Amino acid sequence: MKKSPLPFLIGIAVIAALGFGATKLFGNQYYYFAAYVVLQYIVLSTGWNILGGYTGYVNFGVAGFFAIGAYTSVVLVKTFHAPMPVLILAGGAAAGLIGLGTGYLTLRLKGVFFSIATLALAIVLQTFVTNWDYVGGSRGVYTIRPKTVLFFDNYVEFLFIVMLLLALFAVATAWLIERSWIGRGLSAIRDDEVAAEAMGVPTLRLKLFATTVSGFMMGIAGAPYPYYVTYLDPASGFSLAYAVNSVAMPLIGGTTHWFGPVIGAVLLGTAQQVATVTISSAVNLLIVGILLVVFVVVAPEGIIGLFTKRNRKRA
Amino acid sequence: MSLDLLGNALVAGLLLGGFYAAVTVGITIAFGMLDIVNIAHPAFIMLGSFIAYFVNQAFGVDPIAIGVVFAPVFFVFGMVVYRIYYTAFERRGQESIRGLAFFFGVLFIGEVSLILTFGVDYRSVEAPYIGAGINLGPIGVPMRLFLPFVVSVVMLGLLQLFLGRTFFGRAIKAVSQDRLALQLMAANPARIKELAFGLSIGTASVAGSLLIIIGPVEPSIGRDYIGRVFAICVLGGMTSVPGTLIAAFIIGVAESFTSTFYGPSWSPAIAFGLLLLVLAVRPAGLLGR
Repeated sequence: MKKSPLPFLIGIAVIAALGFGATKLFGNQYYYFAAYVVLQYIVLSTGWNILGGYTGYVNFGVAGFFAIGAYTSVVLVKTFHAPMPVLILAGGAAAGLIGLGTGYLTLRLKGVFFSIATLALAIVLQTFVTNWDYVGGSRGVYTIRPKTVLFFDNYVEFLFIVMLLLALFAVATAWLIERSWIGRGLSAIRDDEVAAEAMGVPTLRLKLFATTVSGFMMGIAGAPYPYYVTYLDPASGFSLAYAVNSVAMPLIGGTTHWFGPVIGAVLLGTAQQVATVTISSAVNLLIVGILLVVFVVVAPEGIIGLFTKRNRKRA
Repeated sequence: MSLDLLGNALVAGLLLGGFYAAVTVGITIAFGMLDIVNIAHPAFIMLGSFIAYFVNQAFGVDPIAIGVVFAPVFFVFGMVVYRIYYTAFERRGQESIRGLAFFFGVLFIGEVSLILTFGVDYRSVEAPYIGAGINLGPIGVPMRLFLPFVVSVVMLGLLQLFLGRTFFGRAIKAVSQDRLALQLMAANPARIKELAFGLSIGTASVAGSLLIIIGPVEPSIGRDYIGRVFAICVLGGMTSVPGTLIAAFIIGVAESFTSTFYGPSWSPAIAFGLLLLVLAVRPAGLLGR
């Protein structure tokens, strides 16, 4: 029944190697700049999907968790000049803890209270950061990139590789969870929480686990962000675009499979990069909103669902 | 801390709270009574604000009158939205995740459409009472806060009478209490919910016109109201109209005190803080059963 993990692991290794190779072959910086955003969305939507897709609890505060990661980095760089791995771990840990706390307060109630709490959480964190002068307040803050990085000619290439590794880590984690008893427990909660509890699934503990892991992933996605933009202000760190994209991408790709968020992020992320350059950024966000509504109404299983249905008919 | 300052903050908070009640009562109906998590409600309110702005600028009509006149249009619009929601999610039993995502998308479409149409500049309406005010001793009562307060309290009073005294109003309450029993009585819950959701969106038209009287409006400020309205709704006990009014007063006064004594940039955090507190301590709210 269980497939061998070997093809998946080889796939991960090949993609990582291809990423490294690409930085030696292609010189155009714009591609890394654009690919970074797409990879960042793979991390965010995979993180969202662990809670939203597997467990059925909708997090609308993705922007808040992302910004926790980003602003943790700002503080650490400003105070200690901390290196990238420290930033990523700290940003992830901070966002994971906030996720755990929010979950602990609201997950014992009906699921919608969690969603509403996350929505409000993003707004309150933004209020907090706007009033916090050390991280620039509403004026924003500049983060200067280091001049040289090991092995790389250019800092954008380095950021691209960092985000590629984070994306592979996120996808591998989702894949592991999906194959383990934890993943089955989470889907049991999604399908019928009372029945799951009655069958001995530790529902609250699993939900808290999922919230923490999900928050951690959103935090690590935000950690390198100050170096990517070099100028960070609350309006861009807490942009609603992160929230709407991270909800739309898994739902469009398909929420029940680890590959769904990846498809959604690659398709929507790439389309938006093209649209931002060719049309305007407001219009492309409108398109995401419309796609989200159309997909949840017409194709509730997402793109993955369209394919599996067709396969089932053939068989 | 001077007594004048305290009195002014208290009055301003109560007036603001009265207005919050108008914004929240739509959520009390949709979320509390019908179990429809309409997080797009603030977007409908923004739409109401911009209709008031547009008609007021073009024809010089009083904004409150515009809000009332457009309420039936919003009512029909709400019924259409519920039809889509019912057909796509509720009937299939998928309202939890996809229904939420649906309203989230609607919120986003509404906001971006308004930005594309009107831009991101702050807009305001013109009416003779907007600059005016009365002074009660040391306490100033600005008309731009007082009128929305009056309109809101009247609207909630009418809704409370309607829900308690009329056949249709009682039917809405019946849906909120036991949907299955209603079906066994050969009534169609979906039909009642359709009308009730229309009512909920109808209040957004009035609330939107009040919002733009209180202060200038730009499309994305609707988001500030999401945490606030749900906090008020939960604090007020979900299904209770008087509870909504009391909770709105509490949040209004709390925010007013915060912005008077700590600075206005902190006040958005108040509603959320209270919401978390309520969820942690007493999820049934003040007047909940």
